[in-house]
Amino acid sequence: MEQEKVTVTVNGLRYERLVEPRRLLCDFIRQDLGLPGTHVGCEHGVCGMCTVLVNGQTARSCLMFAVQADGASITTVEGVGTPSKMHPLQQAFWEKHGLQCGFCTPAMLVTALELLNHNPTPSRDEIREAISSNLCRCTGYQTIVDSVEHAATLMRGGV
Amino acid sequence: MTTQQTGYRWIGQSMKRVEDPRLLTGRGQYVDDIALPNMTYAAALRSPHAHARIRSIDTSKAKAVPGVILVMTGAEAAQQTGPLPCFASPPVTQYCIAVDRVRHVGEAVAAVVAESRYIAEDAADLIEVEYEPLPVVTDPEEAIRSTGDAVLHPERGPNNIALQRTLTFGPVDEDFAKADVVVRRKLRWPRSGAQPMETVGALASYDDATGKFSIYANTSMYNYVGWLMAMSLKVPAHKLNIIPTMAGGSFGSKLFTHKVPILAATLARACGRPVKYVEDRIDNIMNCDNHGSDRIYDLELALKKDGTMLSLRMTVIDDYGAYLQFGVGHHGNALAQLTGPYRIKSAQVSLTAVMTNKGQQGAYRGFGSEVNNFAVERMADAAAEALKMDPVDIRRKNFIQPDQFPYKIPTGNVYDSGNYEAVLDKALGMADYHGWRRKQHEARKEGRYVGIGLVSCQERSVFSATEFWFWNHEPGFALTSSPDSVDIKIDPTGKAFVRLHAPFWGNSPETVATQVLAEQLTIDPVDITVTYADTDSGLPGTGPGGSRYTVMIAGAIAGAAKEIKEKMFKVAAHLLEASESDLELRDGRVSVRGTDRGMSIGEIALQAHYFKLSLPADFRSGLDARYTYDHPYTTLPNADRTDMGVFYPIMGHMCHIPIIEVDIETGQIKFLKYVAVHDAGTVVNPMTLAGHIRGGTVQGIGSALYEHYYYDSSGQLLTANFADYLIPTLMEAPENIEVGHVVTPSPYTEYGIKGGGEGGRMGAPAALASAVEDALKPLGIKIDGLPIRPVLLREMIREAQQRRTEDGAAEDLQGPSDWSGRSSREHLGGPPGNAER
Repeated sequence: MEQEKVTVTVNGLRYERLVEPRRLLCDFIRQDLGLPGTHVGCEHGVCGMCTVLVNGQTARSCLMFAVQADGASITTVEGVGTPSKMHPLQQAFWEKHGLQCGFCTPAMLVTALELLNHNPTPSRDEIREAISSNLCRCTGYQTIVDSVEHAATLMRGGV
Repeated sequence: MTTQQTGYRWIGQSMKRVEDPRLLTGRGQYVDDIALPNMTYAAALRSPHAHARIRSIDTSKAKAVPGVILVMTGAEAAQQTGPLPCFASPPVTQYCIAVDRVRHVGEAVAAVVAESRYIAEDAADLIEVEYEPLPVVTDPEEAIRSTGDAVLHPERGPNNIALQRTLTFGPVDEDFAKADVVVRRKLRWPRSGAQPMETVGALASYDDATGKFSIYANTSMYNYVGWLMAMSLKVPAHKLNIIPTMAGGSFGSKLFTHKVPILAATLARACGRPVKYVEDRIDNIMNCDNHGSDRIYDLELALKKDGTMLSLRMTVIDDYGAYLQFGVGHHGNALAQLTGPYRIKSAQVSLTAVMTNKGQQGAYRGFGSEVNNFAVERMADAAAEALKMDPVDIRRKNFIQPDQFPYKIPTGNVYDSGNYEAVLDKALGMADYHGWRRKQHEARKEGRYVGIGLVSCQERSVFSATEFWFWNHEPGFALTSSPDSVDIKIDPTGKAFVRLHAPFWGNSPETVATQVLAEQLTIDPVDITVTYADTDSGLPGTGPGGSRYTVMIAGAIAGAAKEIKEKMFKVAAHLLEASESDLELRDGRVSVRGTDRGMSIGEIALQAHYFKLSLPADFRSGLDARYTYDHPYTTLPNADRTDMGVFYPIMGHMCHIPIIEVDIETGQIKFLKYVAVHDAGTVVNPMTLAGHIRGGTVQGIGSALYEHYYYDSSGQLLTANFADYLIPTLMEAPENIEVGHVVTPSPYTEYGIKGGGEGGRMGAPAALASAVEDALKPLGIKIDGLPIRPVLLREMIREAQQRRTEDGAAEDLQGPSDWSGRSSREHLGGPPGNAER
C-alpha cells in the first residue's frame, strides 16, 4: 500500500515517518513512535482509553488516522511527566488513589490536563463533565474526580 | 472512614501505592506494550453463526495477500495443539480454533498471522467458510429439552444439561412443614461480564533449538495450573515459560484465560516467529471465556409469622453457554454463603446447569455468590413485605449473633467471625436511614418516587479448591490445595526483594506485600522492591480471585519473614555475644533488649553474605527465605454431599444503603445517597480497600441497571460493543459512595485480615433492586430481574399505571399477585438497546 509522509511533534520531539493512509493514530503513536502509554480499549471511540491531546485538544487516537495528524503537536502521557518528575496531576492521582489497574489513567490524565489548561479552578461538576467521556472500570470515578480537584489545588501552588 | 486497629506501624495505613509511578507515566508494560524482534500479529476469523457445522474452509485468497505469513484453520491447529484445559467433569472438548463445528457467534474458525494486524484482518476477511447451520438454542429452559442436532456436545450426553443435581442440607421438608408463611419469588439474573478496559492478549514465541515456548500474557493462575497449557500445546511443562504482564483490569475475567495464550503459541510454533494476539473489544465480548452467571431462580423461604427464617429452597437454572471451563464452580462458590448472614437452619438447592449457543461462563467478581446475595436479599425483602415488617427489622431478627462464631451454616461452610448488627447500625447511622424514611414519606406526597434500598450481604473470601468440583457426581481431579507463595531475600546492603508468584491484575499486590513486609521486619517501605515470578521460577501460586490474595500473601510473607528473622537473630546473637532470647527486632535493628547494643539489618546482611568464618559453623550464607502458605482452614466435603466441608470460612460482610429517586416519566434513576459499610477484618490499606468497594459498587450498579450480554433467538449477540454493552460512565455513578468500616478480625488469618477485593459488586445489585422496588412501592412494581434498564422500567411503570387506572385501585399499595412473574418474563425477553423500544 502507498505510504504518505507524516510530520508530527509528539511531547516536544519532531518525528517524520512514512505511514499507510489507513494507519490509526493510536497504532502510529504506540508502535511506530514507541510510546505505549496511550492505550487502546474498544477501537470505536466509546471508551476513551486512547485519548491524546492534538494541538491541545483531546482526541480519540483510535478514530483518527496518523496522516490526519500531519503537522500537529501531540501530547501523550509520556509527555505529561516522568516518575522522577511527575506532573502535579500525576502526583494528585497517586495521592488520591485515582487509579487501580492504571489502564484508563493515561487518557484520564490528558483529559484532565485539557480541562485544567482552560479552567484552573474547576468545580466538581465541571470535572465530572470533563472526564465523563472516558470509561474507568476500577475506581467508580469518585477518586478520579478527587484527584483532578486536588491537582487543580496543587497547580495553583496549594497543598 | 474509621478503622479500629492499633499496634501496627504499616498495617492499616493508607500508604500510596508502589505500583503507581510507572502506571501514571505510561510505563505499565501491559501485554500489548511488549514487543519482540521479528514480531508478527494475529487476527482471528469469527463465526457469524451461533451453531453450525463447518463444511469447508478455503484459505487460498487469504494466503495470497502480501504480508501474510500463516493462515491456520481449526483442523490444522488441532494437528499440533490438543483441546484446551477444562476443569469440568466430564470435560468439554474445546479448541483454540473451532474444529468441525462452531457453537456460538464469535468463535474462532481460522487465524491469520501477518506482518501487521491490518494485513491479518484484511486476509481474515478473504477466508471463505461454508457453514451448515444447526438448530440454535438460546433459551435456557428450552435447552433442558434439546435433542438431536440442537445438542451442543453429543459426546457428553443426549441433551444440553451439563449437570443436574439437588443438594439438601438439613431437615428442609420438616422446616417447611413448621412454617407459618412461605414466600415465593421467581428471579432472573442476566448475563453480564467484567469487561476490563484491557482485553486479553499474549505474545508467544517458540525456540526451535530448545523446544521451548515463552509466552507473555495477562493471565493469572500460571503458577497454579499453567502446566495445563503445556499439555494443550503437547510439550512437557518445563518447555513452557509463562511471563506475567501487568493486567489492565480483570475483576476475575483473567483468572486463567488459556484460550488466547494457547492460540498465540500454536501460531508462533507454526510460523517460527513471535506472534502477538490481543483480542479486540468485539473478540473479548463475543469469544472471551468469562461471561458471568445467567440464572433463573425459583425461590421459597419458609418463615414463622414473627419473621424467623426457617429454611430456604432454591431451584436454579444456569445458562453456561457453549463450553464449560470451571465446571459449575460458581454454584460451589454460592454454597459458601447460601443462607446469607441469617440463622436459616436448612436449605436445598436444585441446580440444572445447561449449555446453549452463547459465550462460555468464567469468573466475574463474585463468581456466583453475588447472584446468591441477590437471591437471598430479594427474599428477605419479599418476606418483610409479606409479613408487613420493616426490612431492617427482619434482617436484625435473623442475624447470626457475634457470640455464635465460628458459625457453621447448613451447607457445612463455617463463618469465622462477624458483627452484622454493628455493620447494619453503622450504615443506618451514616445513611440517616430514619431521616430518609421521613423524607421519602414527604416526597411521595409530592408525587416523587424516592426509594431506600438496604441489603446485608456476605462477602466470603479466600477460596479453597474444593468448590470447583464438589457439585460433580464424579469429580475428575478433586484437588484440595490453593496455596500462595513468596520468596524474599535481603541483599548484602540490607534491601529487601520480594517476589510474588501471581500477577498484578488491577489490585495492589506490591503495595500489600510492601506494607506487610515493612511491618514484619520493621523496615521502611522504600527499602523494599517487589517483582513477579514467571513459571520457570515460580513457586505454588493460586493467585488473586475470590478475594484471597491479600490474606494469602500476608500469610506467606509472615512465614518467610519469620525465617529471615531467625537467621538474623542467629547472626546477631553470635556477633553481639548475646542469647537469641535476649534480642529484639525494632526499627530495622536487632538489639539486645534494654541496651543500646545492636546491629542494623544492613550490618547483619553484610555479615550473612560475606563473613562466613565469623558466623556459627552451621550458618548457611545469605539472608533469604521462601514460604508457601496454604489455605488457612479448609476441610473435605462428605461423600453424600450433605456437608460440603469448610471451604470459604473467611467471611466478610457488608450493608449497602442506596437512596435513589426514580423519574417515572423516563425510568431514569438518580442517586441521592449511597452508603456502603464493609467488614473485611483487619484492613491493610483503607484507601485501596475503599477503592475496591467503590469500584465494585459501580460495577454492581452496571449489572443492576445497564449491562447485559443480550442474545436474540438466533444466537446473535446484540450487545457486542461498548455502544450497546453499557458500562457505567461517570454520569451513571453516584457522586459520593460513602464507605464505612467495621473491623472484626478473622481468627484464622495473619493479622486477622479478610478479603475485600470483590467489594461492592457483591452487594450493589441486590441493593439497587431493593431501592427501585421501594421507590415504586406505590405502583406495586416488583423488581425480580436485572438489568433494570430505564426503558424497561418505564414500560413497567406505564403498565402499572394502566392497571391501576383500570382497577381504580388508587390507594392499593400492594401490587397484583401475578406481577412478579410478568416482570421476570420481561427481563427474559427484553431487547438490549435503550433506543429499541
